[in-house]
Amino acid sequence: MHPAPSVIIFSSVSGLGFGLLVWLGLGFPDVTGMVAFVFFVVAYVLAVGGLLASTAHLGHPERAIKAFRQWRSSWLSREGVCAVSALIVMALYGAGLVFFGASWTILGYLGAALSLATVFTTGMIYAQMKTVPRWNHFLTPAMFLAYSVAGGAILANRWTDAFFLLLLTAVLQITVWWRGDTALAASGTTLATATGLGEMGGVRPFEPPHTGTNYLLNEFGYQIGRKHAQKLRIIALVLAFVVPLVIMLLPHAGHMAAGVAVLSHICGVLTSRWLFFAEAEHVVGLYYGTRAV
Amino acid sequence: MTTLPTSTQKKLGLVIDLDTCVGCHACVVSCKGWNTENYGAPLSDQDPYGAAPSGTFLNRVHSYEVQPDHGQAALVHFPKSCLHCEDAPCVTVCPTGASYKRVEDGIVLVNESDCIGCGLCAWACPYGAREMDAEEKVMKKCTLCVDRIYNENLPEVDRVPACVRTCPAGARHFGDFADPDSNVSVLTAERGGIELMPEQGTKPVNRYLPPRARDRTEDVDILAPFLDPIAAEPQGFMGWLDKALTAMPGGR
Repeated sequence: MHPAPSVIIFSSVSGLGFGLLVWLGLGFPDVTGMVAFVFFVVAYVLAVGGLLASTAHLGHPERAIKAFRQWRSSWLSREGVCAVSALIVMALYGAGLVFFGASWTILGYLGAALSLATVFTTGMIYAQMKTVPRWNHFLTPAMFLAYSVAGGAILANRWTDAFFLLLLTAVLQITVWWRGDTALAASGTTLATATGLGEMGGVRPFEPPHTGTNYLLNEFGYQIGRKHAQKLRIIALVLAFVVPLVIMLLPHAGHMAAGVAVLSHICGVLTSRWLFFAEAEHVVGLYYGTRAV
Repeated sequence: MTTLPTSTQKKLGLVIDLDTCVGCHACVVSCKGWNTENYGAPLSDQDPYGAAPSGTFLNRVHSYEVQPDHGQAALVHFPKSCLHCEDAPCVTVCPTGASYKRVEDGIVLVNESDCIGCGLCAWACPYGAREMDAEEKVMKKCTLCVDRIYNENLPEVDRVPACVRTCPAGARHFGDFADPDSNVSVLTAERGGIELMPEQGTKPVNRYLPPRARDRTEDVDILAPFLDPIAAEPQGFMGWLDKALTAMPGGR
């Protein structure tokens, strides 16, 4: 799949923002006034910034308002509804903390649940795709949720929680890669089933339909960079998990060290999300012979 | 709206005969011709006369080589367009309701004025039947020529999809799969029409007729005995001439 920067930035940055909102909604850190204001600004910049980035990949962003209609069937629509609800509820909760020094607990819990739901729906947009066997698994939303809550814990200064959540996320990430590497072969979709010609014998592409490229090949036939996948996986693991974990184990790690941990984690998440798209193979590639199965 | 209808009154679709398709791409051209100037946004081309042309097509013809365990390989031309699935995953993922499946005839269409160009429906389609137009930024797909098949301004013979009307080999057939006596249902039953990627669970309406088994004859070449090599050494007069010429200066 084409690793569109807008979608990578959206899912990484918004995930962190909503992760922080989850912790804030639960009352961690227990802050009011200006300190709460700073925390909420960070969360909203990340969450809303990511959402705005995601509209960059729309053909007609001016019609985006229409995307709230089909929540009955569409995970993308549900994501939109959850995201906007979470942002509104958490804005009210944040206003209470910042301006009135009041913690409206119920509102906070509701906002935290909606923030979690937003990240879950993002994961489900990918997990529902039977056409991309690497994504088509409950581990996809589980990994998205783990990344979000772990990243949120770092930002919320919950280092003990962050430590164990990062370990859990790393395990999930490695499991996702391990399962994903055999997912297309395990899905049973091959050029033989794609053409229905498998009964006759071995099928191989002879001529493509056109000499140039097309939308499908640009969108689904992405192959550049797969050869560096193993190296990039290690880079992602080191940046997203190893560096923050080591910093957390250091005695007397101050704000500077925390900043390094956050930046390193964000770079790791971006690398992992790039791989999430670049490594994913869509079954339509079989018709074009982009994968010899 | 993007929830799928539980059943449709008709199931209009195509039967594509892989035995008779000659791979001429006439269906591709007629499809592009009709659909670029009728329903919805035109099908744009990018850099059409330049070094790297590309464009939006609703129908494309692949060619595959099939190698049986014994005997010769077969070349199969394989036209591919929207299969108007009963359980169309492209419809349910649409966040705006722009994608829908019609209750009356089962045709899957895009309401382009509601399309936000998110591309998710193209992700959900295993067949590559949907292409985002690079100019209009909306999703384009086969309409089964909905603006031809019911069009009373056209002569009756033309009220079929453009690809079917134009196919010089008669490899494309249009009809109602809900009617067991229709041309397409009969063809599918007689020839063992196949679904593409049944494991994806999309329940496609269109069917493909597999190539018929080729007639097999013993590998006998009746002319071969008459084509034995001619005598390597010339005889008689030719033999004398050969020797004489060889003996002459510069003869060999």
